[in-house]
Amino acid sequence: MKKETKMKPFNLIVTGYGGQGILTLADIIAKAALKQRYDVKEAELHGLAQRSGSLECHIRFGKSIYSPLVTRGRADLIIALDASEALRACYWANKKTKVLTNSKIFRSSSKLKQVLSKIKKFTKNLHLVDADSIVKKETKDITMVNMFMLGYAIKKRLLPLKKKLVWQAIEERINKKFLKENKKIFEKAFKSR
Amino acid sequence: MELLNKKRGFLFGNEAIVRGALESGIGFASAYPGTPASEIGDTFAKISKTEKIYFEYSTNEKVALEAAAGAAFSNVKALVSFKHYGLNVALDSLLPIVYLECPLVVAVADDPSCFSSVQTEQDSRWFSKLGHIPTLEPSDSQETKDMTKFAFQLAYKYKIPVIVRLTTRVCYSKSLVNFNKTIKGKTKGKFKKSWFKLGSYQTVERHKKLLKKINKIKQLAENSTLNFIEKGKGNIGIITTGPAYNYVKETEQELKIKLPLLKIGFSYPFPEKKVKTFLKNLKLKSVIVVEELDPVIENEVKKLADKNIKIYGKNLFPETEELKPEYVLASISTILKKSLPDELVENIKKFKSSEIPARLPLFCAGCPHRSTFYAIKKVLGKKKIFGGDIGCYMLGAFPPYEMYDFVVSMGASIGVSHGIAKSSNEKPVIFIGDSTFFHAGIPALLNLVYNKSNALVVILDNRLTAMTGQQPHPGTGWTGTGELTKIIAIENIAKACKVNFVKISNVWNFNQLCKDVKEAYNSKGVSVLIAKGECRLFAVKQLAKAGRDWPRFEIIKQNPKLNELAGFQCPAIKKEKGKWIIDKNLCWGCTICKQLFPDYIKVKKK
Repeated sequence: MKKETKMKPFNLIVTGYGGQGILTLADIIAKAALKQRYDVKEAELHGLAQRSGSLECHIRFGKSIYSPLVTRGRADLIIALDASEALRACYWANKKTKVLTNSKIFRSSSKLKQVLSKIKKFTKNLHLVDADSIVKKETKDITMVNMFMLGYAIKKRLLPLKKKLVWQAIEERINKKFLKENKKIFEKAFKSR
Repeated sequence: MELLNKKRGFLFGNEAIVRGALESGIGFASAYPGTPASEIGDTFAKISKTEKIYFEYSTNEKVALEAAAGAAFSNVKALVSFKHYGLNVALDSLLPIVYLECPLVVAVADDPSCFSSVQTEQDSRWFSKLGHIPTLEPSDSQETKDMTKFAFQLAYKYKIPVIVRLTTRVCYSKSLVNFNKTIKGKTKGKFKKSWFKLGSYQTVERHKKLLKKINKIKQLAENSTLNFIEKGKGNIGIITTGPAYNYVKETEQELKIKLPLLKIGFSYPFPEKKVKTFLKNLKLKSVIVVEELDPVIENEVKKLADKNIKIYGKNLFPETEELKPEYVLASISTILKKSLPDELVENIKKFKSSEIPARLPLFCAGCPHRSTFYAIKKVLGKKKIFGGDIGCYMLGAFPPYEMYDFVVSMGASIGVSHGIAKSSNEKPVIFIGDSTFFHAGIPALLNLVYNKSNALVVILDNRLTAMTGQQPHPGTGWTGTGELTKIIAIENIAKACKVNFVKISNVWNFNQLCKDVKEAYNSKGVSVLIAKGECRLFAVKQLAKAGRDWPRFEIIKQNPKLNELAGFQCPAIKKEKGKWIIDKNLCWGCTICKQLFPDYIKVKKK
């Protein structure tokens, strides 16, 4: 397999809480990166995550990847489906790190404003989107927030992967029954500002 | 399925084990689920029918190992898998099996950082030495597949069990694995009948023979390509193993250096000559040993190295918790007197984990265990002695329940509570799950009755081994491969154990559950209350699959009484701007909140 040779490893953290479809999202991104002919490693944890605990996945892609884990302070991008989890993931942030976060905070005493100002201490490159509301408007629930965030990350060129390949990865991963709905949400992200 | 691709697949370590087994002609696999190793069994369960191999979830790890050994004795290629303290359970049989010419592959997953473990953070590599069991330590999925194949070859050539030792990061990181052809294994062989020569003399003879065998295998480890040297510059060398190797390689890329490196993949019997050659030929002045958990390799290297070589190891790296790339980067940078990347230094200054509120795990919405814990808290209060066990119900140890006084190991809730009951005037309340009861609870329950104890055993029967991924067990009526089988009813076991009071309580009927808790506790001696209610996560998934919905609930009237819901703690119920609300997206329709507050909570109309 021919591999892309240009770039340094791209370090991505995908985070949220158990039940948000974080593992599916990470799997799709990793597969799309493979399709783009990168060397890819992905790390995640299983266990109590279904029970609303914090969940983080590491995805690294580039010419040659050894560690599946991102080194502290070296993330290029953090995609968070929950704002308080975006802050927790700042363990991997530096001042150039791009943080894309959903504006919702689930079951936490923290307030969004405080959380965002804390994230800004690490990086000013913050992208906030009210994915829960947008997705709820379209589908009446929030199960596809992961799909919206993925589309948004590509649209904003935060994630250096080709839309076509990402969509291929989605098609291979998502149950056919729900594919149409997923496509709607994924595309919705490209139409949003 | 990725695993059954022709050329390559993007696999977890846990899946790579299975691919390696398929390429070796496996015929028999057994497991007891335990994270981080759970998906090894789950993957076998998924592919066993199409690949025509035998798979079972056994009742516990010891039984799983014995079953696999029986298959191996019958000349069917066999693999058993479990997590690190599953090996503790199986050890009683594993050690003698090593004496008995048994070609078996044992996959064991350690869990540094205890991401999914509460008992211990142990390093299984000590068992290799204790039992004289050849051991391989892969770093990623490709190595996991390759080493599994090599483990089968080794096991068959020398008629000995071989351990493939994984750690959490190997189990749960995915990378591309190149495949070879799978080999159709046979599932039926022949057990060679022979007179078993019993006696202490015979055991000692077998021990002698084993040591000779290990000596031969040692030569193999010395020359194995799994233990390889990478050339580099300078007189500071690295010896590393497992996932730590990846962090060393990242460090080299980061610091733009290339150090002399010895990677140990075949770690028992320890390749002493190779280490000596590495130290001498490269004229090393110091060596950094990078390994997770205990200094197993470091101790070996210290024995072999000349006095003038400085050995770094656990004086640089933690003995607890998994290694992280930044630990390795920082330590090697210090020794080489190189400065750390600015981003890392800056982050260490800024990031304080104590400033970020922890997100404690909760019972799922609609979890049957919440109903049980809430009922017991309500009826018995929180002052009783609570003996805890291992399963999803461990969440009852967290606020707002905090109803756990100890956890030891599978089944120990009953065993330890018995000692407490005998040595005090307390009647302990025991929490043990259905799968855990079958695993190790039964002998302890027998002991309670036989030795005239005093305790309430609450068996939280959610009809699955839920925590590790909803695997079946002897109470469910189906096997690991989905075949129907006999249902072994917990109440019948309890009755056969001559427990005075045995009752099944439906957890979805809250008032009756409370009455049953009271009756069971007040009954003299040993009582067993089976709190029965299906894992809601499982039930909801089944409903969704079938395209069916479930009722959602809503709060129709606010009342100060609803503040009690804080102590109920359902993820779907929250207080916003002074008002209690139920999030319909999260409500899984268990009905308990409505039963608690029938005047204020109703079914939501569509």
